Amino acid sequence: MIALLIRDLRLAIRAGGGFGLGLAFFLLVAVIVPLGVGPEPATLAKIAPGILWVGALLSCLLSLDRIFALDFEDGSLDLLATSPVPMEGAVAVKALAHWLVTGLPLVLAAPVLGVLLNLPVQGYLWLVISLALGTPALSIIGAFGAALTVGLKRGGLLMSLLVLPLYMPTLIFGAEVVKRGAAGMAVGTPLALLAAITAGALALLPFAAAAAIRVNLR
Amino acid sequence: MSIWEYANPKKFMQTTGFLLPWVSGLAGLTLAVGLIWGYFFTPDADKFASTVKIIYLHVPAAMMAISAWTMMLVTSLIWLIRRHHVSALAAKAAAPVGLVFTVIGLVTGAIWGQPMWGTWWAWDPRLTAFLILALFYLGYIALWAAVENPDTAADLTSVLAIVGSVFAFLSRYAVLFWNQGLHQGASLSLDKEENVADVYWFPLLVCITGFVLLFVALVLARTRTEIRARRLQALIARERVA
Amino acid sequence: MTLLSVQDLAVARAGVPVLQGVGFALEPGRALVLRGPNGIGKTTLLRTVAGLQPPLAGHVEAAPDSVTYAAHSDGVKSTLTVAENLTFWAQVFGTDAVATAMARMNLRDLADRRAANLSAGQKRRLGLARLLVSGRAVWVMDEPTASLDVDSVQLFGAVVRDLLAAGGAALIATHIDLGLEAEVLDLTPFKARKVSQGGVRSAFDEAFT
Repeated sequence: MIALLIRDLRLAIRAGGGFGLGLAFFLLVAVIVPLGVGPEPATLAKIAPGILWVGALLSCLLSLDRIFALDFEDGSLDLLATSPVPMEGAVAVKALAHWLVTGLPLVLAAPVLGVLLNLPVQGYLWLVISLALGTPALSIIGAFGAALTVGLKRGGLLMSLLVLPLYMPTLIFGAEVVKRGAAGMAVGTPLALLAAITAGALALLPFAAAAAIRVNLR
Repeated sequence: MSIWEYANPKKFMQTTGFLLPWVSGLAGLTLAVGLIWGYFFTPDADKFASTVKIIYLHVPAAMMAISAWTMMLVTSLIWLIRRHHVSALAAKAAAPVGLVFTVIGLVTGAIWGQPMWGTWWAWDPRLTAFLILALFYLGYIALWAAVENPDTAADLTSVLAIVGSVFAFLSRYAVLFWNQGLHQGASLSLDKEENVADVYWFPLLVCITGFVLLFVALVLARTRTEIRARRLQALIARERVA
Repeated sequence: MTLLSVQDLAVARAGVPVLQGVGFALEPGRALVLRGPNGIGKTTLLRTVAGLQPPLAGHVEAAPDSVTYAAHSDGVKSTLTVAENLTFWAQVFGTDAVATAMARMNLRDLADRRAANLSAGQKRRLGLARLLVSGRAVWVMDEPTASLDVDSVQLFGAVVRDLLAAGGAALIATHIDLGLEAEVLDLTPFKARKVSQGGVRSAFDEAFT
């Protein structure tokens, strides 16, 4: 399983796009929004938590279809399915690789983009904490969506349609943490709920995703 | 004699072929009685004036939107556990019906909301939850349409229905947390004092019964179509073997 | 001891039965070559034996963790080097046979080359070397010699002979003579029949009886 993680990370780095694309997209969102809504600091400060979370979510979405599609196309997924690695474990490891390549850089880059969007000072800590807690859920939920659509030729758009509704609870609680943090309010409740969703998704979705992959390989 | 006998498509077709006209007729009758009673023989409410009457479409449609998804969840589980094709096809058949009920709930809500709240749309938790439910229906239907092999599609959509149910439920409470809304509390409940007055309550009950019957009739008719289409596919495939 | 036994197997491709009544057994040291025209269902049969899809009817019995499968596509990652590709599969299967596998498949000179820069035949040799690092006893192979030149075919034939000599077994769908002493099973007589002529019914049909 560690071998699979190392291989996926190595593939992502060699292919180049892995780290860079999601981050670049995140940056673009943070640049485009002020251009669209205007430069007033008060407006930006108000919408910054939501925009940063939506941006992170969309950046995650961009690279989801690569989690399984490449392995499906070149036959690796067939071979993995007949190998001693349990499919549930393979799903979890691949989601982890996706998070390390996409989610983690977003968490680290978010404070910088917070500056662009005039996020209030108290919000930075909660921005990083909420993204660190929430983006793993985005990766594993996305892996489930990618597993459902792995056999389809043009699955990308359909996958977005399936995954985005599943992202909503995470988005709501994640953005709420930052919003409350930025306003100097207590963040305990949404933070606990966000963590609960991530923990539940990490515990259960690998099984659903593995079942979907087995069906798709049939 | 067990209930699973009806999972045999042949038996299902026989039974529903007999039942369908009766259910359809009863649905039409109940709806006609309920709606006419509700629209023409109830007084205007103090607060709401005549706008209250949209309740006879709004509430039943909203209830059925949720019931339809619940039914899809149950039939999906039956398909995954017992591999009855009728069950999977019934889930497939119910999805567009459920989506239409959801849209009816949303549209009638908007029409009611405009005079009452002064806006067509508010990001109220209930409205938002229904919008999210509609998106779940869309994704489910799109996945059925995208996968070619019917058994594969049935498996994948069943898994989606289960996971989707959990997340739809989570979303329901997440949006409640996110924004306390304008929407009044539940209009119907057995344990609360603050129900709608009896004069609206009885025609509403009739309308709800009518919507349930309408749903059953539509789902039966659509399931029968799906079974026939599937059977046709199987026969064509069988001819190709030789 | 039988390594792999298949009884009265019926398989379906996209829900349509293609083969029925297939049965064979592989003892240690035996190889079985599957023949039959294109589209008869060789790949479907092999995928079923490998456990990737459920049989329509019948049984596949194999010792646990004994089967490894080589499909049409090699599962080679083009951005990884030959050695990295093989090391990954060795780790997945928990063996350390990378060096010997590269030597046996004549890949040693290519060890540090990226798979993207390999020829089709070299890539195929890399895919087949994966069978060696799997350390498993039953090799299920789908057209393993596609795009191999004559020398490589002989090389691979020798590798399979060594497997058989070591008590393994091989199930191969191929039209090329690997120089093996193998039984040949022609699949043409096992073609799925119409239901009216005693063919298997698919699950949906069964419900109508």
